[in-house]
Amino acid sequence: MKLLIKNGILIDSSKNLQKKLDILIDNGKIVKILEKINLKNVDVIDARNCIVSAGLIDIHTHLREPGYEEKETISSGTKAAASGGITSIFCMPNTNPPIDDQASVEFAMLKAKSEGVINVFPVGSVTKNRQGEEITEIGELKKAGVVAISDDGEPVSNSKIMRRALEYSKMFNLVVISHCEDKMLSKGGVVNEGRISTLLGLRGIPKEAEEVMVIRDIILASLTKGKLHITHVSTKNSINFIKKAKDENINITCDVTPHHFVLTEDYLEKFPYNTNFKMNPPLRTKEDLQAIIQAIKEDVIDCIASDHAPHTVEEKNKEFDLAPFGIIGLETLLPLCITYLYHNHKIPLIKILEKLTTNPAKIFYLPNKGSVELGYDADIVIFNPDEEFVVKNFVSKSSNSPFIGWKLKGKVKYTICNGKIVYKG
Amino acid sequence: MLTKPNKTFNHKHLLELQSLTKEDIELILETAKPFKTVFTRSIKKLPTLRGKSVVLLFYEPSTRTRTSFELAAKRLSADTVSIAVQVSSVQKGESLIDTAKTLESMKADFIVIRHSHSGSPHILAQNVSSSIINAGDGFHEHPTQGLLDIFTIKQKKGKIQGLKVVIVGDILHSRVARSNLWGLTKLSAKVILCGPPTLIPKDIDKIFPQIYIEYNLDKAIKNADVINILRVQFERQLEHLFPSVREYSLLYGMNKERLKNAKSDVLILHPGPMNRGIEITTEVADSLNSVINEQVTNGIAVRMAVLYLLSLNQNL
Repeated sequence: MKLLIKNGILIDSSKNLQKKLDILIDNGKIVKILEKINLKNVDVIDARNCIVSAGLIDIHTHLREPGYEEKETISSGTKAAASGGITSIFCMPNTNPPIDDQASVEFAMLKAKSEGVINVFPVGSVTKNRQGEEITEIGELKKAGVVAISDDGEPVSNSKIMRRALEYSKMFNLVVISHCEDKMLSKGGVVNEGRISTLLGLRGIPKEAEEVMVIRDIILASLTKGKLHITHVSTKNSINFIKKAKDENINITCDVTPHHFVLTEDYLEKFPYNTNFKMNPPLRTKEDLQAIIQAIKEDVIDCIASDHAPHTVEEKNKEFDLAPFGIIGLETLLPLCITYLYHNHKIPLIKILEKLTTNPAKIFYLPNKGSVELGYDADIVIFNPDEEFVVKNFVSKSSNSPFIGWKLKGKVKYTICNGKIVYKG
Repeated sequence: MLTKPNKTFNHKHLLELQSLTKEDIELILETAKPFKTVFTRSIKKLPTLRGKSVVLLFYEPSTRTRTSFELAAKRLSADTVSIAVQVSSVQKGESLIDTAKTLESMKADFIVIRHSHSGSPHILAQNVSSSIINAGDGFHEHPTQGLLDIFTIKQKKGKIQGLKVVIVGDILHSRVARSNLWGLTKLSAKVILCGPPTLIPKDIDKIFPQIYIEYNLDKAIKNADVINILRVQFERQLEHLFPSVREYSLLYGMNKERLKNAKSDVLILHPGPMNRGIEITTEVADSLNSVINEQVTNGIAVRMAVLYLLSLNQNL
């Protein structure tokens, strides 16, 4: 089972490489990288005009299985990811039942193995039943296969529990992913607090609800020397605090979502009460968006993740207050990065891809992933950064996206996972 | 008899005052005037909306707004149906959109909706073909209340421009305040918001840069032409935004003594229902300055005008 990729530009940030190279895949591994490889009797992909990179690693997704299969399944979610050039995804534990013990991790891994088309890495809960009261059997979770722990949307509010989690997980080299939100400050809120919440008469979520928890978690990371990853950072001040913590060598990393660097709350003025603009953290202001772009340029931000959060039409097409938070993002992750970061903000492709491949693999200790290297898993995306297409017809079971109808650049041509072509565009 | 207005009103729905122009608002106020003379006569009915149906869909309790819309529609000879949400299929879990679609299938020409969630009328306007009239949504807007307040002020003062209008109380949770703000600022009144900082919505001055915010009631009402006193909305407070009713009443309750700071001919408005003794004393509510009952009467005229003007655009 050999596969030869020819004539593409290989980008690999781990070696600071951006060069026209051919790649030979054999038996699920990368076996040759040379300027010219000529072989007969192998399948050849012509990657002319395309970028070839390690497959994307999306560290924040919701696959909804078990419990909410009407929104998404491991099967449909991984197919959607593959069509977006993603070869590895982390799935958050807010399923029903939640991923908080060995059996539930094993279920997700088994399902992924039998029905998934790409690699699935479960994230385990920090606390039992995501209740924020008792930490889970983190050692058992690790043994079963989790790559990180997080209570995601139900952040650990008790600082003592958070301290224990950061402390205890150290011995397993597990990262604690924190969704920073002070639930008392954000209570009842559905949009960013400010001009838009006042205009539309909706309850606001102040930026400070995120920022006070970012500071708390940084302080606890400093205390425990545990590994902290702050997910979907959305405000300028959060970024400033993270930057300062990094300058002080506190063990902390972070990610942002495309929607927080593409959209602002002002879209809700143009599309009042459109629930495809309802997500948590909420869309913020222009000032925050600019700070995020700057932080991507300066590498304060380590990763870019979709926070893919599928919901059915029935759930989303209702009163703004009652609709669930979240939008889908697997299929627009790469094109939004390419269109906005590369084309609009002139951020080099190698820097963008670093945050989508090498960095996630490094932060979460994923062996043989995130780079195109001899002996590494043959997880590869081939895309044309200049080809434009219209966002429509999602592979995901859900279609709650604010980007429907948008023209984006960065068309995925092939997604290869473990040496197999799992998507062809 | 009514003649078609010279100016055009290009709206199918009345969702908010925010998106109306100054001319739209003035047209509604002008149109309301003859309607007021009509229904204060002994025979109060006009055939204007004969054959049209108006459905009142109220998800929140209401006395004056619902009755006012119903009478307004009936006085224009429309058929009206009032849905009591407590005994409807909503109790079986029917969604807002499905309920509205059912009404649309029954060929409701107008749906007048009151809902506790902001934006509900917008959602209906996007999902059904009937004309939607917002009778109050969450703490977004209550456009006909804003219009009837402005109509009342204009009838008494002869103008809106340059008047000093103070809105007192729970601005944060008030749809009445937002509709008043849009209407009054479009017509160039000088608006002052007064309430404790916890009840002033964030960045309201970014939306209305021309307004003033004053926490001290005595200062706020100095030389005021109009004071619009809002109801304290206990039901919308998720947490205690002021320490006690007693303290609120001491700081923001309108009484005879305080009123001396305003102009002697100041108008007192209140959208009702009143919490007598909390935000307003009975003495003030029933004083000569009070136009609270007149607001109710004018409400019917304004709603007749709205129904009539929208009916001209039902094919939009």
